[in-house]
Amino acid sequence: MQNSPAVDGQANLSVEHLEHVHNPALLHHFADAQQQKNAASLGMWLFLVTEIMFFGGMFCAYLIYRLAHFNAFAAGSQQLSIKLGAFNTAVLIISSVTVVLAVKAAEAGKRKLLVSYLVVTVLLGLTFLVVKGFEYREKFEKHHVPGSTFNFTDTFDDNGQKIPVNSKEAELFFSIYFVMTGMHALHMIIGCGLFTGLAILAWKGRYSPAYFTPIENGGLYWHLVDIIWIYLFPLLYLISRHS
Amino acid sequence: MSEHQAHEAHEEHTTHSQGFYLLIGAILLVLTATTVGAAFVNLGPFNPVVALLIATIKALLVVLFFMHVKGASEKLTGVVVLSGFFFLAILLALSLADYLTRSWR
Repeated sequence: MQNSPAVDGQANLSVEHLEHVHNPALLHHFADAQQQKNAASLGMWLFLVTEIMFFGGMFCAYLIYRLAHFNAFAAGSQQLSIKLGAFNTAVLIISSVTVVLAVKAAEAGKRKLLVSYLVVTVLLGLTFLVVKGFEYREKFEKHHVPGSTFNFTDTFDDNGQKIPVNSKEAELFFSIYFVMTGMHALHMIIGCGLFTGLAILAWKGRYSPAYFTPIENGGLYWHLVDIIWIYLFPLLYLISRHS
Repeated sequence: MSEHQAHEAHEEHTTHSQGFYLLIGAILLVLTATTVGAAFVNLGPFNPVVALLIATIKALLVVLFFMHVKGASEKLTGVVVLSGFFFLAILLALSLADYLTRSWR
């Protein structure tokens, strides 16, 4: 996006220096650095809106099928581990905090602190993926993965009352579960790769208080993926539980 | 480089203090614990309502403070964010207006 050769050389310039000479990170078609920053942020948000619509389609499918096959969806949901789901939610929230602190460190020009926060963020992201992997393994062991080996004999526990459900309808729940959490996990994997790259570039001194747009926009992406999980967790794990 | 100098480099300073971010993070964790606790209480049809209400409060905190939409120097950003959720609302509302009214068949 902004990897012009001019950007590479600017990292070690001091702030005072930048105020007197032309900022090398500033592209010629922008009036000033603030306008350039606003444009980059706006472009990132437009991309995030397309992401909201992408996941929105899946949330819509979930909603329609849940209303049509309520008992099977509730029975499937009760098979998920709230403990692991809540743990992963907390991991993602903490990672969002380290991301904003990374942006703050970049704004203050604290290179080592910035790299530390980025690395911690990647580690938290990997923690999320490992826990998700264990959840998926349990689904394989229980034959709850849609396909020829799918087998669902559990009932919907409606506050003590056991209601048998159609296995095909439960398979629908697990299809939606795997597609939604799988797409979310793919976004997490991309996010971990992105933040590893940012950490390497930050270590090399690419970012300064005058230019840290990739850190800010990477952060926006990370927060959006966090928000999607904030909705996935109650919808998939929580709302059919009770007693 | 001191913080003071960093501030001068920007005409508009968008980030908050570290304590503020930790506070928002703590609120988000408390809300997560609340929503897990609420899942084990039978509220009848209000279980999904409570869960989604808490999720929306959490999402709002993240969008406004972590993604710096509140206090953004560019007002257009807020409009773009709102338009995203507006079109999502259209998608969900019109789809349900169809599927929920098919019972006459």
